[in-house]
Amino acid sequence: MTMLGKKIATREAYGDALVELGKENPNVVVLDADLSASTRTSKFAAQFPERFFQMGIAEQDMMGTAAGLAAAGKIPFASTFAMFATGRAYDQVRNSIGYPGLNVKIGATHAGVTVGEDGATHQALEDIALMRAIPGMTVIVPADYVEAVQAVKAAAAHVGPVYLRFTRGGVPVVFGDDYQFQLGKAALLRDGGDATIIACGVMVGAALEAAEALAGEGLSIRVLNMGTIKPLDGEAVIKAARETGAVVTAEEHSIIGGLGSAVAEVLGENCPVPMKRVGVPDVFGQSGGAGELLEHYGLTAANVAQRVREVVGRKA
Amino acid sequence: MTDKKSFLKEKARQIRRHIITMTGAAGSGHPGGSLSIADIVAALYFEIMKHDPANPNWPERDRLVLSKGHAAPALYAALAEAGYFPVEKLVELRRLGSMLQGHPDMTSTPGVEASTGSLGQGLSIANGMALAGKLDGASWRVYVILGDGEIQEGQVWEAAMTSVHRGLDNLLAFVDYNGLQIDGTVTDVKSLGRVADRFASFGWHVLEIDGHDLDQILEADAKARETKGRPTLVVANTVKGKGVSFMEGKVDWHGVAPKPEQVEQALAELAN
Ligand SMILES: Cc1ncc(C[n+]2csc(CCOP(=O)(O)OP(=O)(O)O)c2C)c(N)n1
Ligand SMILES: [Mg+2]
Repeated sequence: MTMLGKKIATREAYGDALVELGKENPNVVVLDADLSASTRTSKFAAQFPERFFQMGIAEQDMMGTAAGLAAAGKIPFASTFAMFATGRAYDQVRNSIGYPGLNVKIGATHAGVTVGEDGATHQALEDIALMRAIPGMTVIVPADYVEAVQAVKAAAAHVGPVYLRFTRGGVPVVFGDDYQFQLGKAALLRDGGDATIIACGVMVGAALEAAEALAGEGLSIRVLNMGTIKPLDGEAVIKAARETGAVVTAEEHSIIGGLGSAVAEVLGENCPVPMKRVGVPDVFGQSGGAGELLEHYGLTAANVAQRVREVVGRKA
Repeated sequence: MTDKKSFLKEKARQIRRHIITMTGAAGSGHPGGSLSIADIVAALYFEIMKHDPANPNWPERDRLVLSKGHAAPALYAALAEAGYFPVEKLVELRRLGSMLQGHPDMTSTPGVEASTGSLGQGLSIANGMALAGKLDGASWRVYVILGDGEIQEGQVWEAAMTSVHRGLDNLLAFVDYNGLQIDGTVTDVKSLGRVADRFASFGWHVLEIDGHDLDQILEADAKARETKGRPTLVVANTVKGKGVSFMEGKVDWHGVAPKPEQVEQALAELAN
């Protein structure tokens, strides 16, 4: 049963995958900070109440408790909004979890501007940057429900800290049932020789749409889904630059420190080519509908296509 | 004095000597708050806790989280005395590449249970361990040592709620009440009033002891073991710099290492 084209939030996948993991592995435990209905950990809580820890509105304590659980052999999934997981509890994530390399999974939902009406205080736009800077932290941004379910399972199987970023709002399913998420590997969604779009999260759908539109103009565009931001698949990035000569990145995150920065770091040192980052410019978000906000900040297929035309024009 | 008590007193004295030697050799570190917990750490590692230096990852072991991580020298000294690693290693404290980092690093040092140093985080970690123990129906216990300045951190009170809410009677927390932090006395910097009352109002089983009296430390642990359904907090009244006359009660000895002649004087005072 394929879900292709259906719109579904990746946080739903988080909730569903946790239930599956709970059945498979008695060591999986889940923590939440008074947002279990929103993060969808309520599904796990209903089935495995003895392995669900409601921590109250205390994200710093939640991260520390998760560290202790991991130190004693459990596989804790600490869950809250991306803003509070990475902002309020940064020191705890860095020092109590990251530094000792503990086996804690951070399930961060409601990332980016698609949070919508709640506005800037709830729209984490720098969470990837913060998590990426922590040594040993794996950072995963699934593009749709299908990838998200697999990513949660891959995170559980991986030994070490993992940051998982999910959306509040519905995202079109772009992957069929045969899709296989591989930790640390880019997925080639469409091949082409004139330029490459490297995208993650909600922008993967926009990237595919942009490539389709550009095909109509005679441009053949490669599209890479970068589900893992760290460790970054540098090989795929360099190959794309060598073979297509221009790169555009697209992410629902600040253009500072996220996927675009990670790709720029690799290209700058290995294979500089014309490049453009599509993301939220260096500003805070604001209230609005999710779709309106994506439009407002240029997180659209049309803007991605425009940036591709620009980088193709800059090619020597 | 009983044999047990004289044995523990001797261990505490050795730990204090190591603290002086180590920080002296390193030329930096935190002697004051290390000396104030020497008796508690001696009681934990040489009487109270069930552990096996030959098998630091033994699943059934009791665990200590040193939340006030700057007192690492006291922890390292106890671990070395217990046999987790040779005492000769202690002088490598704070050197490049050393297994004895400036603050506890559970990935570098056998016997260290948590990486601490950013204050306020240890009680949460200890809670997580205690919760895991409860989930597994295990009998091992968790200990944590907090500073009296450290408990100004909000996370401590988030964690204090968790310990009680979860009924973690397999947890014992010490507050090393030495009355001093960095910028002055705890009373002057930001007073909590009576710490015992604060924790009691959160629902903890609270005891107050002389943190340098080994009998009282052992007795507090015995009472904690008898207390079911809630965690125990022990306010341990201590003297910062305890055992070294020129360091006792002096805020200046929080984070300064003794110079060679001061090391000599301190070791002479701790000769027996
Ligand atoms: C989060 C955090 N803030 C500040 C410091 C710097 N610091 C190290 S020790 C200390 C004072 C601690 O006082 P107390 O808890 O009373 O420790 P003790 O007197 O036992 O040494 C401070 C402020 C720190 N390590 N972590
Ligand atoms: Mg103090």
